[in-house]
Amino acid sequence: CRATQLQVLEKNFESKSIVRFLLFIIDTIEQSSVGSLFIWLGCFHFNASFLFVCFVRSASHSTVDPDELRKFQSLANKWWDEQGEFAALHAMNDLRVPFIRDNLLNVHRARHPGKPLAGLKILDVGCGGGLLTEPLGRLGAKVLGIDPVENSIGTAQLHSSFDPDLCERVSYQVCTLEELSGGEDEGAGHFDAVVASEVVEHLADLETFAFCCSQVLKPGGSLFITTINKTNLSYVLGIVVAEQLLRIVPNGTHDWEKFVSPVDLECLLESHGFSVQSVKGMLYNPLSGAWSWTDSTAINYALHAVKVRKQAEDSSLHPEDHTIETRS
Amino acid sequence: MSCQPGSRRVLTSISRRRRFLQTLSSCSTVCLLSFRVFNHGNDVYDIIISGGGMVGSAMACSLGLDPNLEGKKILLLEAGNKKVMDKVPDTYSTRVSSISPGSATLLSIGAWEHITKMRFKPYKKMQVWDACSDALITFDKENVEDEMAYIVENDLVVAALTRQLDSLSENVQVKYRSKVVKYTWPMPSQEADYIPWVRVTLANGETLQTKLLIGADGPNSMVRRELGIPTVKWNYDQSAVVAVLHLSEPTENNVAWQRFLPTGPIAMLPLSDMHSSLVWSTSHSLAEELLALDEERFVDAINSAFWSNENQSDLIETAGSLFRGALSALMPSAGSPRQLPPSVAGIGPKSRVMFPLGMGHASEYIRHRVALIGDAAHRVHPLAGQGVNLGFGDVACLTQILSQAAFNGKDLGAIQHLLEYETERQRHNLPMMGAIDLMKRLYSTNAAPVVLLRTFGLQATNMLPMLKEQIMAFASK
Repeated sequence: CRATQLQVLEKNFESKSIVRFLLFIIDTIEQSSVGSLFIWLGCFHFNASFLFVCFVRSASHSTVDPDELRKFQSLANKWWDEQGEFAALHAMNDLRVPFIRDNLLNVHRARHPGKPLAGLKILDVGCGGGLLTEPLGRLGAKVLGIDPVENSIGTAQLHSSFDPDLCERVSYQVCTLEELSGGEDEGAGHFDAVVASEVVEHLADLETFAFCCSQVLKPGGSLFITTINKTNLSYVLGIVVAEQLLRIVPNGTHDWEKFVSPVDLECLLESHGFSVQSVKGMLYNPLSGAWSWTDSTAINYALHAVKVRKQAEDSSLHPEDHTIETRS
Repeated sequence: MSCQPGSRRVLTSISRRRRFLQTLSSCSTVCLLSFRVFNHGNDVYDIIISGGGMVGSAMACSLGLDPNLEGKKILLLEAGNKKVMDKVPDTYSTRVSSISPGSATLLSIGAWEHITKMRFKPYKKMQVWDACSDALITFDKENVEDEMAYIVENDLVVAALTRQLDSLSENVQVKYRSKVVKYTWPMPSQEADYIPWVRVTLANGETLQTKLLIGADGPNSMVRRELGIPTVKWNYDQSAVVAVLHLSEPTENNVAWQRFLPTGPIAMLPLSDMHSSLVWSTSHSLAEELLALDEERFVDAINSAFWSNENQSDLIETAGSLFRGALSALMPSAGSPRQLPPSVAGIGPKSRVMFPLGMGHASEYIRHRVALIGDAAHRVHPLAGQGVNLGFGDVACLTQILSQAAFNGKDLGAIQHLLEYETERQRHNLPMMGAIDLMKRLYSTNAAPVVLLRTFGLQATNMLPMLKEQIMAFASK
């Protein structure tokens, strides 16, 4: 309904922005959600900074010289400052860690109370500085964090290296999900859970992403996603207000076209052999700096899906439909 | 600085993927190898508690018993010797604490059982009255079965906790006779030899690292001092004289007595049918005089402090009884009758000791990777018997918060949940400290208007069971 509305309006207006802005006004009147504008601006700010640091790639190659270490240390100070620019991502752990833990504990019984996730293998896709990787490791899981950004992985490795408790259970690798799922040793059916937190809104190819997730998961394994919805609200607040009007973040940082709605994500995952267990809305309050669960998935949301055992086997029988090799 | 639009993809196209792999796969291995060097093979503790007194030992037990903290490396550092008590000593110790039911619940897994097997005395009622008027207030539980609080010797509390720690040796390590000479705090630094943990240097040269340091090292806390946390404190220009009292005849002895003298409160706390503990707060000079008196005259001084009417004036007497009369006309059933304290016959040998009184409150209970508990964070006047209970309250709160943090996979030293601890405890401790301080000040004078005010206040409060229940509920947390 919303899509047709958009098409009709697009015929009459030249600029897409104006159309979306109008739609937002309609939405706002419908839902009277003006108050959430400010809340959304708050969480948009962190998303942008996440992108910013995450994707500035370094030209230098990693050697063990002190300059390099100092660079990682200063990056680590940035990533790991609980009250710094990643404060909202740190705070999000209050929701996403229990979300992942409790959903995994529903399936796997905790044998050690101090290490409830002991014995599980988790892949953290787009791990950045390891903000989510470390807590999952502390809960006893063996976690592999991957990120294509060399600086982020360097930062994550440095940070976890100080903690002997984490060294045993947390490891990092500079690579993409396709590379990992294509690899022989750590590829297919290796992980009990895949976590992609604040990642899918930056992806070009969700089909490949879903396929690769299914590849690396054990049958019955869990996929956890947190991301931003594709709504008019997120368009206006994220692109029009934050980028073009207020310039909180550089113009062109976010591509609204890449945002994905829970319905689309669910369809996509179901078609790749997942069964979606739950979708929950998340709300960030920039004043208190805390996240809370909400019924509305209009802005941020979390999703839990399980790789269905039988379908997973079917799709592995026809890998050529989706594999990276055919696509390249 | 600007973002490279092309690099904003976690999943890159496959042609880029190959290039990526070639350039980057080698460096991840290099990183891994190089960073591991920084662990000098030194063990990092999850939690180190500095100070093995009543509150520090209780903290160690409480953490050691928490299922969510199972497998964490917890260490208790105590400068003194291990205090084992094979049998209960014949004589009573002068240093006693009033343990509230809330604190008893905290100790209830193990340590409280040891205490009940050794020696403790519950009391069911507390009577507080004024030397300058007839005003009095009594606190008692409606149900006679319920105890208001328990008087326990401090040595016994530590011994019971030590015994419990022995049974928790798998979860909690204890180092006795280990004096800390230096704390090194983690500073945001970009140096290559940066260590993110708190380092604790012991007198024997050993250096330990911890993710969270809990300072339970008493009112002169070295942890607090080294952190430079400012403390609001003042001395009351008072000293407390403590002693073990022998009563003249055996009684049920289940009431805690406290009388406000113009020089300070005097309290008699039950220890057994025949013994009570004295806590007499008074001026430094009077305290020294009391200490110098021979035993007989000291006993006389105590009895007259509890019984004498010399400070009362006719005006206040009349006003007070009129007010009381008016109140009981309004609420005939409320209020409680006056009881008389037992008389004292003698004191325990060499049991007379004095120490200066003061109050202090740390403006912050926490810093990055550090938390203060007990007297290190707050010190109160003994008049309400709340000192150790506030400390045990800290223990219960911090345990609960750390347990939840561990279950959420958090770094135990992270400031976020420590802030919760600080907020929650200051919300409880500050009003309590304010009330105790106000009481102290209100009763330090015999100026007629103040006496009248407190007489009316005390009488009115005594007539309001609801208000009394609130006070008791707050004090027994």
